[in-house]
Amino acid sequence: MTPVEQLELEEKVSRAPVIEPGHSFATISDKISSVVLTRPLSIGWLLGLSVAGTFVMVLTTAIAYLFLKGVGIWGINIPIGWGFAIVNFVWWIGIGHAGTLISAILLLLRQSWRNSINRFAEAMTLFAVACAGMFPVLHMGRPWLAYWLFPYPNTMNYWPQFRSPLVWDVFAVSTYATTSLLFWFVGLIPDLGTLRDRAKNLWIKRVYGLLAMGWRGSARHWSRYETAYLLLAGLATPLVLSVHTVVSFDFAVGIVPGWHTTIFPPYFVAGAIYSGFAMVLILAIPIRKIYGLEDFITERHLENSAKVMLATGLIVAYGYVIEMFMGWYSGNRYDSFLLWNRLHGPYSFFYDMLWLCNIFIPQLLWIRKFRRNPILLFMISAVVLVGMWLERFIIVVVSLQRDFLNSSWGMYYPTRWDWAVFLGTLGFFTFCMFLFLRLLPSISMFEMSTLLPESKVKE
Amino acid sequence: MAARNPIYGLLAEFETPTEVVEAAKKTHAAGYKKIDAYSPFPIEELSEAIGFHHNNVALVVLCGGIIGCLTGYLMQYWIATISYPVNVGGRPFHSWPSFIIVTFELTILFSVLSAVFGMLALNGLPMPHHPVFNVPRFELASKDKFFLIVFSSDPKYNAGDTRAFLEGLRPVSISEVPS
Repeated sequence: MTPVEQLELEEKVSRAPVIEPGHSFATISDKISSVVLTRPLSIGWLLGLSVAGTFVMVLTTAIAYLFLKGVGIWGINIPIGWGFAIVNFVWWIGIGHAGTLISAILLLLRQSWRNSINRFAEAMTLFAVACAGMFPVLHMGRPWLAYWLFPYPNTMNYWPQFRSPLVWDVFAVSTYATTSLLFWFVGLIPDLGTLRDRAKNLWIKRVYGLLAMGWRGSARHWSRYETAYLLLAGLATPLVLSVHTVVSFDFAVGIVPGWHTTIFPPYFVAGAIYSGFAMVLILAIPIRKIYGLEDFITERHLENSAKVMLATGLIVAYGYVIEMFMGWYSGNRYDSFLLWNRLHGPYSFFYDMLWLCNIFIPQLLWIRKFRRNPILLFMISAVVLVGMWLERFIIVVVSLQRDFLNSSWGMYYPTRWDWAVFLGTLGFFTFCMFLFLRLLPSISMFEMSTLLPESKVKE
Repeated sequence: MAARNPIYGLLAEFETPTEVVEAAKKTHAAGYKKIDAYSPFPIEELSEAIGFHHNNVALVVLCGGIIGCLTGYLMQYWIATISYPVNVGGRPFHSWPSFIIVTFELTILFSVLSAVFGMLALNGLPMPHHPVFNVPRFELASKDKFFLIVFSSDPKYNAGDTRAFLEGLRPVSISEVPS
């Protein structure tokens, strides 16, 4: 079925369209580029940017104090040495995964509805990975020696230990960050060319011209571009699955009860996509409203994202059920105790909340009316993000809290500096998103054009 | 060195993808080989129509991937067995299953780098200046218009005849591109 036939068929079965009728090539690029080029600075945007900027300052303060005093300002201690830093690392990197899923996997599956949400989902990935990357480095104690993680010839005659999952993680996350950045930038090149051609101000024209690198839409260039883009999608797909798998190895390779399970890789990847789509909805719902992009980000997109959330949420639920089952079925006293400790230990409230946020509340998405209601969807997404954060908290903290020896049990209480860094990264993420919305086209203009029936060559 | 032709080529403008592909096919069939076309979004038929059937991006990526794979594995082999052997729980120095992940990641990394930079290099980018940008209407090539160019370096190019031929394709306009 050609895309045109598919569009016609979809009209017949009266699904919400991926692009509202009445648009042409010119109106698409007008509407999207006007957000960047002609829309005046609004009070709302400035206010949002300043609030986010305040939290960026909270972050820099917290980091400065951390550098001054060391990780003792955080609540971490033996036995819980990982604490918020690793909880937040896993949470942020998981959020990033939806962007790559949308841009790469849905491209390979020819889900053309993705064309309007892939750009900002990729930006979301990039900023989320930047937030994630901060935590392991800050957690190192001596972050200025972070480059020791990479293999390079040095005077100490020392090399990294390649049998360690923590070293795998360095390679996985840095490859992921590089790939996300390049994939996003390659997708932007033709649109930067459009902005260069449409900008009226000479300096704005020059800046976009410099970034577009002289893109002129030559047929030869497009041919190579399309091949490269498709290959990048093909490479990013196994990569994104590997990244959270490797993150789960950080736990699964250890022998701590609650970590040492083979279900971790698939359940981590599903959880990552789950939280990522929740973040996509959190961002998409206000953006489409404020910037008047409802024609491009339609109810169909919201509904499809909700369906992905529902599906991945069920995989996560399966993971929880299997963890409980194995705690009982293995007959291993430490595994059984872990289960008891999750259900009745000092952090049992958070475990109950985890089930409520991640498993029970999202079941509302089975109902079509709820999937099409942006406000409700926004709230469910926020609940899922909280739930996924709690999941990582349970995995990191409750597993370490009471392991094999009673003498080494302990409790973990985050300090104000733990919260400052976490809220600071939330601010940093929002700050970057605000800048991105105004400085770059948040929807891919050239990919949206290919959704129009007139873009197809008639025989 | 031959004197440089003051004209870079003749640029014809079209309204729709179908028209430009049709025109490109006719121009190619008429014997013009040094031609190119410009569109605001990718049109698969267009590169075929100008006679550009294969690109080498996939080959570049394959080479990059193989180099990345070898680099990843050999680096770990050399470090773990020759340069810095560490006995971890009695495991063999060449514990290859542990090396698969970093090998995989470096394969992807090198492939991605070669896809992006290979594509840009083959396209001759970055190159912010280009003669076609001198035509004022060309800025519509990134919005909603489609262009076909016959380069003056084409052996069959002749200012009068080529213009007459392009007129026959009924474009919206024809402009000379100064070089």
